[in-house]
Amino acid sequence: MKVRIRFEKEGAMKFIGHLDIMRYFQKAFRRSGLDIQYSQGFSPHPLLSFAAPLGVGLESSGEYMDVVLGDCPSSQEIVDRLNAQMVEGMRILSAVILPEDGKNAMSLVAAADYEMILKKEAEFSLEDGIEALLGQEQIKVLKKTKKSQKEVDIRPMIYDMYVMKDAKGTGIFMRVASGSAANLKPEQVAQTLWESQGHKFDPLTVQIRRLEMYDSQMSPLEKYGEIHP
Amino acid sequence: MKIKRCLNMRKLALDDEILLKVEKPARYIGGEVNAVVKDPSKVSIRFAMCFPDVYEIGMSHLGIQILYDMLNRREDVYCERLYSPWTDLDALMREEGIPLFALESQDPVKDFDFIGITLQYEMCYTNVLQILDLAQIPIFSKDRAEDDPILIGGGPCAYNPEPLADFFDIFYIGEGEAVYDDLLDLYKACRENGWDRSAFLKQAANIPGLYVPMFYHVTYHEDGTIASFKAEEGVPERIEKQVIMNLSETCYPSDPVVPFIKVTQDRVVLEIQRGCIRGCRFCQAGMIYRPNRERKLEYLEEQAHKMLRSTGHEEITLSSLSSSDYSRLEELTNYLIDTFGGKEHINISLPSLRIDAFSLDVMRKVQDIRKSSLTFAPEAGTQRMRDVINKGLTEKEIFKGAMDAFKGGWNRVKLYFMLGLPGETEEDIEGIARLSNDIAALYYSLPKDERPGNGRVDVISSTSFFIPKPFTPFQWVPQNTSEQFIEKQHFLSGKMKEQLNRKSMKYNWHDVNVTHLEGILARGDRRLSKVIYTAYKKGCIYDAWTEHFKYDQWMEAFRESGVEPDFYTSRERSREEILPWDFIYAGVTKDFLWREYMRAKEGVTTPNCKEGCSGCGSRAYEGGVCFESKNQI
Repeated sequence: MKVRIRFEKEGAMKFIGHLDIMRYFQKAFRRSGLDIQYSQGFSPHPLLSFAAPLGVGLESSGEYMDVVLGDCPSSQEIVDRLNAQMVEGMRILSAVILPEDGKNAMSLVAAADYEMILKKEAEFSLEDGIEALLGQEQIKVLKKTKKSQKEVDIRPMIYDMYVMKDAKGTGIFMRVASGSAANLKPEQVAQTLWESQGHKFDPLTVQIRRLEMYDSQMSPLEKYGEIHP
Repeated sequence: MKIKRCLNMRKLALDDEILLKVEKPARYIGGEVNAVVKDPSKVSIRFAMCFPDVYEIGMSHLGIQILYDMLNRREDVYCERLYSPWTDLDALMREEGIPLFALESQDPVKDFDFIGITLQYEMCYTNVLQILDLAQIPIFSKDRAEDDPILIGGGPCAYNPEPLADFFDIFYIGEGEAVYDDLLDLYKACRENGWDRSAFLKQAANIPGLYVPMFYHVTYHEDGTIASFKAEEGVPERIEKQVIMNLSETCYPSDPVVPFIKVTQDRVVLEIQRGCIRGCRFCQAGMIYRPNRERKLEYLEEQAHKMLRSTGHEEITLSSLSSSDYSRLEELTNYLIDTFGGKEHINISLPSLRIDAFSLDVMRKVQDIRKSSLTFAPEAGTQRMRDVINKGLTEKEIFKGAMDAFKGGWNRVKLYFMLGLPGETEEDIEGIARLSNDIAALYYSLPKDERPGNGRVDVISSTSFFIPKPFTPFQWVPQNTSEQFIEKQHFLSGKMKEQLNRKSMKYNWHDVNVTHLEGILARGDRRLSKVIYTAYKKGCIYDAWTEHFKYDQWMEAFRESGVEPDFYTSRERSREEILPWDFIYAGVTKDFLWREYMRAKEGVTTPNCKEGCSGCGSRAYEGGVCFESKNQI
């Protein structure tokens, strides 16, 4: 059975990179005793894949991984058994059964929500800055890849963006393109915003958290499956 | 929409800014699976167990895992882990004055009761000073005050603790399981009675196996050798190694810590035995870990289950010296393969085994032959030289093993040798090239269609330089000078190129400068403390890492301290000379070591412990191979 698991990663765990999180879950599954299935071949590996890597330093309450289980207990039991194996900062939020022909999370991801908490007050009005930024028809930025850098228009990749406020402080919400077709990092958006206001953006002054991941129809990845009773 | 914040998380010693700046922040955050969590306010003793190298190395060390588990079984103790910050964090901590902290609680270790440091190799000595310095603890033992932690050192290098004598408060000679409880109980009692540091240390010095250098005094002859080594009144003159005899009843960690990042030993490690029956004359481990003691098969099987279940590791390995000598190795490996290899998808990784029909069969089962190579450690190139070092491996055995391997599908062979062994001749050195060539020739003696691989063999020969170590039969011999080493290396390199099968042969060698320094520190005395301190002050740390090793600064440190380095390496020591480590009794008598040295000079081999007892002295421990084998004195 294909199972989609949603989890949270925060606190000290934000310093653990994507590859190590994969190793962490492989070991967690072994400890949990859940019947994870393996690939065929000389060096079989557990059938476990992640929706999208999360950068080091970012937190998330909307991470997804797909696993294949042989013997499949109830959703609640999967969640409980995995949570019994989690360290502080990692928490399993849900487990849903995918239809047999369900596509894997990695190929579905098209967008993601992020919030960015400001640890120190911005040097400019965030509301005005965002309004001006989103008002542009095009937002040209230089995107660096390993080999080269090229100019891209990130405006179509920003689906939503606004200021969040509560008693403890201020944050920025953003929904941006994510995945293999188009991918926009929240840090890039923030940097563009700060620079459009004539300021330098320091990534260490914010804490970013991924909140949710969507497919191209803006349906959360969780919605593809059903609770296993 | 509500802002989501991460709440109630344990505090970290380093802030985000630093953690995001350094390479691999996971080295410093703790919180791994199976890390022990205790309330520090509810224990009487806080202990930091340290491996003075980077996290990935330190986390791979079995001894620390055993002691961590053992100490934490006591309710009154919280034992935490401590490793050397890598050079990037080292710089940041100095810049910002951040005190070094333990991984679990993230609290500064300067507030702890004990810091225990394992000394696994000489090249970590400056890292010990780095630990103290970053922890903001006085580097010299004499400068420490009542509130400072007690610094205790153990591990193989503690068998000659003298080069570090000025820095440590206590050295622990022997296996950690033996007397730690006594020490901790004493510490608590002393504190309850309001005793001061030196009163405690005096008492500690009377626990068997513990050496408190401050109560011992050394005088020297004019030629630099030791004139006297005297214990103060009230402390023992001789320190005896402590061992535990029943390894199947001692504690062993069932749930070791599982690191987030990949470490060197990223698997379950099953220690099958301690000690070695072989008695190779160059090998310190083979002498100081005597007598050979095996763990029971049933114990190991149960332990394998527990550890795999608690860690989720996908691999298990066996650990010991000369694993092939474990009497039930075949049963154990078959059990592991049958139980965990199939449906459980656990890899069984084997330590280097003697190549024979059994080991080849096992290796075929557990690894991909195409990707793996076979390892032989002849150590020397001629039978004469192998007899001198008592390496009980004959050319015939090597050839048979290699031939079996080729027929079994392998076409990569690794060979390990040493240069600079006592009494080495040109013929012995050339023998290394010849033996390498002969093994390649063996492959080509097979009919073409029976040669495995792509019809070519790779014979990779590596040489290290021989360093005489304390408590070995070669503790008296001069080490080759760097010039001699280099000359021998060039000579061998030339001979390698003259061989018929040179195109199938590859030769790797070691750095000579590291060897020189390691040799000095290995057989050094107390006067080296100031050299180590000076070298550290000149920026030497991570000497075991080629990219950080600063030989020139070390040599400067010797000059400035007025210490002649070659005094420790190039000199033949007489039988009468008081060696810096003579006050330690490592379980093997000095008479036995001398006897072995004389036999080496004659080229006479000594049988292994299972074939017959050679009266090394370890029989006094009343157990292990000395009693289980039918050998007689």
